[in-house]
Amino acid sequence: LIPRKFQYTKAQSISETLTFLQSHPEAKVLAGGMSLIPIMKLRLASPSHLVDISGLRDLSYIKKDRDAILIGALTRHNEIRDSELIRAQLPILSDAADVIGDEQVRNMGTIGGSLAHADPAADYGGVVLAMNATIKVVGINSRTTIAAKDFFVDTFVPALNRGELITEIEFPILPNSSGAYLKLERREGDFAIVGVGAFIQVEGETRCKNAGIGLVSVGDTPIKAYNAENALIGQDLSDKIIEDASDSAAQRDAKPSADLKGSQKYKREMVRVFTERAIRAALSRIRKQ
Amino acid sequence: MEMERNLKTPENSQKASVQVAQADNKIKVAINVNGKTYTREIEPRLLLVYFLREDLGLTGTHIGCDTTNCGACTVLLNGRNIKSCTIFAVQADGANITTIEGLASPDGKLHPIQEAFTECHALQCGYCTPGMIMSSLALLNRKPNPSEAEIRKALSGNLCRCTGYINIIKAVKLASERMNKQ
Repeated sequence: LIPRKFQYTKAQSISETLTFLQSHPEAKVLAGGMSLIPIMKLRLASPSHLVDISGLRDLSYIKKDRDAILIGALTRHNEIRDSELIRAQLPILSDAADVIGDEQVRNMGTIGGSLAHADPAADYGGVVLAMNATIKVVGINSRTTIAAKDFFVDTFVPALNRGELITEIEFPILPNSSGAYLKLERREGDFAIVGVGAFIQVEGETRCKNAGIGLVSVGDTPIKAYNAENALIGQDLSDKIIEDASDSAAQRDAKPSADLKGSQKYKREMVRVFTERAIRAALSRIRKQ
Repeated sequence: MEMERNLKTPENSQKASVQVAQADNKIKVAINVNGKTYTREIEPRLLLVYFLREDLGLTGTHIGCDTTNCGACTVLLNGRNIKSCTIFAVQADGANITTIEGLASPDGKLHPIQEAFTECHALQCGYCTPGMIMSSLALLNRKPNPSEAEIRKALSGNLCRCTGYINIIKAVKLASERMNKQ
């Protein structure tokens, strides 16, 4: 499988990339290439020009900044998976990074590239929605911060304007909180049949102060499960509350369509099961802190 | 089929020819493969696996599915295993690539992983073997004492259609023991 011909430019800096994208609106940005290159090989897309930003190493970092963890857009999935800081403070993201594709894909793919591709089945979608992360974007004359809930416009359509580049993803770190991401797949390395990210912040012993639930592969975009979140926030986290919230995620938030991986009914049932498990996994992590 | 028919409309064919003329630029790269630097002028769309097999004649790296699934094309890029069918050779400019040909000593002595694969009968047809060995090498470099679960997960991006996984896992364990003693 060979893509159509294209021109190739290796970017040397962010500003050069932005200038280039302004003068070449047809150009596509190449980060890790784990979505773009397969698409080009199948000729589903044939951009006439690629700007390779993988050499911009100042966009590859993981750091703590007061009450947030900041991740550079070009940080690779395996760098996220292997980060001790993320495992300790943002384990929901370690969970997701560890189940994306396979080892070879995780060695190339980047968090910014995955988000910009806006695949409704991509694992990070469930995490950024659950965590209320923000996505930082630069354009030639702009610098914007987009809340995760506003980022996924449609299938493969992120809230990016032409010529804009994701630079950083910011995950807030709240006290007495944790999260977990769980994925159901037919076999290791597949796209999710259902993926659920759950974030919980508690107050006192069991009262839920804050909750975030993100669903993957059950709609045109990754879905922020507002009904499930509202069923949790302010409540005492009894079994019944958790079960009701999971049921809301399945029946009211998820919008699955039937395909080879399963019927709508099956996928809703799996959303229910995995939401419940993810919430309990998050709570169990809070208890161990 | 629909796409090919559409291409033949006059408007599109004109567009396409302009694009081809523009895109005929070749890029000069210097890629280190198995310790030797190769300088070549290549088309941007040349995939690394074709660069290795056809430009350099290193046909030990196989093309299996050509769709980022099977892992037969696995090589190391700066020590990390990647699928060489899913990276353009221009992206590897300045990088160090290791292929299966780079594992044995110059005197022909096999790498401990290659020896273990032989002894454990970790292959039947052998098509997936170069990729399996490169992924095993990346794993053992990163984790010298992997558990069976870790071996299985690390090799999940490499498919063996002869269903020889059990012996492959045995071979990785054996290689790990031997490499740790060295």
